[in-house]
Amino acid sequence: MTSIPRRGLLAGAGSALLGLTLAGCDQITRNPSIRATLAEAEGLTKAAQRLILSPTALAREFAPADISPDFRANGSLRPAGVAYRDLAAGQFADWRLQIGGLVDRPLSLSLDDLRARPARTQITRHDCVEGWSSIGQWTGARLSALLEAAGLQPQARFIVFHCADRLDTFAKGDRGLYYESIDLVDAFHEQTILAYEMNGQVLPVKHGAPLRLRVERQLGYKHAKYVMRIEAVESFAHIAGGQGGFWEDRGYEWYAGI
Amino acid sequence: MDDLNTRPRPRPRHSLLVRLTHWINALVLLVLLASGLQIFNAHPALYWGQASTFAKPWVAMTAEPRGDGLAGYTQVGALKVETTGLLGLSNGERRGFPAWATLPSYRSLAEGRRWHFFFAWLFVINGLAYLAWGLVSRHFSRNLFPHSAELRPRSLWAEIKDHARLRFHHGRYNALQKLAYLTVVFVLLPLMVLSGLGMSPGVNAAWPWTFELFGGRQSARTIHFLSALSLVAFVLIHVAMVLVSGPLRQLRAMITGGEAPHVRGETR
Repeated sequence: MTSIPRRGLLAGAGSALLGLTLAGCDQITRNPSIRATLAEAEGLTKAAQRLILSPTALAREFAPADISPDFRANGSLRPAGVAYRDLAAGQFADWRLQIGGLVDRPLSLSLDDLRARPARTQITRHDCVEGWSSIGQWTGARLSALLEAAGLQPQARFIVFHCADRLDTFAKGDRGLYYESIDLVDAFHEQTILAYEMNGQVLPVKHGAPLRLRVERQLGYKHAKYVMRIEAVESFAHIAGGQGGFWEDRGYEWYAGI
Repeated sequence: MDDLNTRPRPRPRHSLLVRLTHWINALVLLVLLASGLQIFNAHPALYWGQASTFAKPWVAMTAEPRGDGLAGYTQVGALKVETTGLLGLSNGERRGFPAWATLPSYRSLAEGRRWHFFFAWLFVINGLAYLAWGLVSRHFSRNLFPHSAELRPRSLWAEIKDHARLRFHHGRYNALQKLAYLTVVFVLLPLMVLSGLGMSPGVNAAWPWTFELFGGRQSARTIHFLSALSLVAFVLIHVAMVLVSGPLRQLRAMITGGEAPHVRGETR
């Protein structure tokens, strides 16, 4: 009798309502002031984490048996461009890490120079923002020792890592280049290293050769790969999109502790 | 008829704070669910332990070639079923959950996270207000904790039979209802917070027990997902129960407070 048309009407009304709700939701999610309000929670999260997380607390370190045989590589897997290709072809013998910005003694270090610096080896869990985790062993130069050698100037507040890879080929100029930044709490943390070895081998290209940052108490996108230049700055507002990192410029949190 | 002016205002069936926190919680959980599914879609697979075993997830939603096109599949353990249109592939797009279930509907992990963490704070603040009030006002001891008599097998069996016949005794919560609410309030909702914190590298460094409790970050992620699923199941049953037990009266009571049942032999 009337049940079928009524059901059809109900289904029609239901899907129309759903469509309206979805369109309404997307209008809300695209509203700039709502986005700004939502972003406020990041400050609260960072404050809460810094409250419970002592500057010296270490991320859990694992046993060699825990190392993932299938450690996933994400983002750029091989930077394009002749400059990087030539460096890789020469086993990065001609590569130099530049440390500059607000420092008293800018440094230019080869891989051998870095290997001679105070080092640390750690087996840690890499947590991707996408939700997966892999465990790997990293050996690298301690960032704190390098910054002390360069002599940070008092106004320096952030350490910026400039990378060789252009992850967004559509973005103009430096907007497409990968970069990251951390503050001094994380820069001077014991486990914050510039890794040149992974699982006891020379760092593979897909994992960021010749050098990648490890900042173990934050998510994977903070662990910049293909690091070419380190810059101490007072503010990162003038760099690329101004949010302190490639993914941060695309809406991700600068503080990636969660 | 009683003189309304001299008679004290009846104690409401649901106190103002319970009503307020209930509706805030309902809204907040809806946003957390939809934004959580958006986050899940960034890597629609689940694992146990500390690290992901990419070749062997225990749950995975995938889109694979079939014939000329693609088909969506959902794998749980050894079981794999086609779920085109719902999971793995919907509207021709590779995605775990479909657009209508996620916030935002379009794919954006960054925006999903912003919504999730903002509302996670609201959830915690609202939940703490409810817990504090529940203790201070003795809402838990008076209304939610079952009496020992209610927990006798015979009594529980009688209630199960009544539920099956959709026969409800209006008034105070019955024992099954109390047990369901207690499970949600003291097990599932706290589990959502703990398993959420168990996935945070910062909190893991500060409080290693947050991931040890679950046996690793990937286990915490799995438990987070399963608890959320359990909450969805609870809400479906909860709403169904309201619908079969006088929905208008129930809804009105949860909005305006309603009137407390008169219980013989008890002073309030």
